[in-house]
Amino acid sequence: MSEFEPKIVAFFCNWCTYLAADLAGTSRMKYAPNTRVIRVMCSGRVDPQFILEAFARGADGVLIGGCHPNDCHYQEGNYKALRRFYALKEIVRQMGIEDERLRLEWISAAEGERVKIVVNDMVGKIRALGPLRPKPQQEVTA
Amino acid sequence: MSTKPKVAFYWCAACGGCEEAVVDLAEGILDVAAAVDIVLWPVAMDFKRQDVEAMADGSIAATFLNGAIRSDEQEEMAHLLRRKSQLMIAFGACAQLGGIPGLANMWDRNSLMERIYGGGEGGEPRTTHQDNGRSVHLPLLYDTVKTLAQVVEVDYTVPGCPPTPALLNDAVAALVAGKLPPKGAVLAPDRALCDECPRKESKPEKLSIAEFKRPHQILIDHEQCLLAQGLMCLGAATRASCGARCIHGNMPCTGCFGPTSRVRDFGAKAMSALTSLMEAKEDKAILEALKSVPDPIGTFYRYSLPASLLARKRMEETPNAG
Repeated sequence: MSEFEPKIVAFFCNWCTYLAADLAGTSRMKYAPNTRVIRVMCSGRVDPQFILEAFARGADGVLIGGCHPNDCHYQEGNYKALRRFYALKEIVRQMGIEDERLRLEWISAAEGERVKIVVNDMVGKIRALGPLRPKPQQEVTA
Repeated sequence: MSTKPKVAFYWCAACGGCEEAVVDLAEGILDVAAAVDIVLWPVAMDFKRQDVEAMADGSIAATFLNGAIRSDEQEEMAHLLRRKSQLMIAFGACAQLGGIPGLANMWDRNSLMERIYGGGEGGEPRTTHQDNGRSVHLPLLYDTVKTLAQVVEVDYTVPGCPPTPALLNDAVAALVAGKLPPKGAVLAPDRALCDECPRKESKPEKLSIAEFKRPHQILIDHEQCLLAQGLMCLGAATRASCGARCIHGNMPCTGCFGPTSRVRDFGAKAMSALTSLMEAKEDKAILEALKSVPDPIGTFYRYSLPASLLARKRMEETPNAG
């Protein structure tokens, strides 16, 4: 399992978390290179279909980053994201996917350090869990 | 030899409700029978598999197949009918999306067998049995329920649990007249149920739902928008053309007509649309309100789990024996 490198798809909002990741980069902070960041205009733009598709196509974890409550550029987007996140979390749990693989964090544009901490922590936890799809499943089928 | 187009009706993992939809054509069935030759219809007529095998490839104009695919026998029949038919039509929610039997994807073969037959005297059913030199076969149950399109190429889809007789009538009429839309189409309007809902006018400009109510928990008003009453009505995410029959019966939409063409995963989209309308803004309050949806998969994926992006519950690592 030591060679397993988790693949994490990260949806970062344009106004806060993406800027925080940018800040982490320009500040030369070192953190795990396992995230593939996708910039979206708002965490409220993250359709649950994006997250499920990421899991279906081989992501070992999905991270959503948005503005803190009361800080949303569009006023309500992060609240919608939060409600969907909790509902999706239950769906994902029912489907047998561990809790640690889906995470939402509020990270403001000034919190570059927080991007580093969150990504490192998530990579560590998923590394311990192993791949989402360990090996080709042997199903009873034709 | 008749020159009328040949039509087959077949069923796989289904409840029989789709057959009922054909019967519900009532005297209209006579018009259908006058316009086409029915060459296979196990629920009503005595044709056998050998009769289908004897037909020339492509000699059936259209097969209306209802039910999901969850055994090798069903998959074989789907392939056989596909070969014999010019058009394969997925008829009803099970063939289109997996339907109610698709919820078996929360299980797998082993756990199902264990639950149903575990600890029994005779053990679980075997697929073959030898007796006095004779060999008897039972179909092999799969781990995963599949939609028809996951098994064979599907030309058209008629949605619904079950489809309305009107939709079937329209499909047969389009077939006989040769006026079918481009291949791959769902033979129903591509808009949401809210659009044809009789309570549309009573939907408030802004909905804010404190917690979801289940039909037995409240006295449901007969005229007001069901969402506005806090009921989990999936009409906003569901394709129209059922005639809003559940709404007329004062029950919320459960999504049997599936998604419109812009949606890939019905359950995710329905969940997204409805839970974002909740009033709560803080973690604790949201989690509390979500307790009013005790089974999200059964609520949002009631008819569409096999067609969803994840398709099934993650299977245990230990492989199953056939």
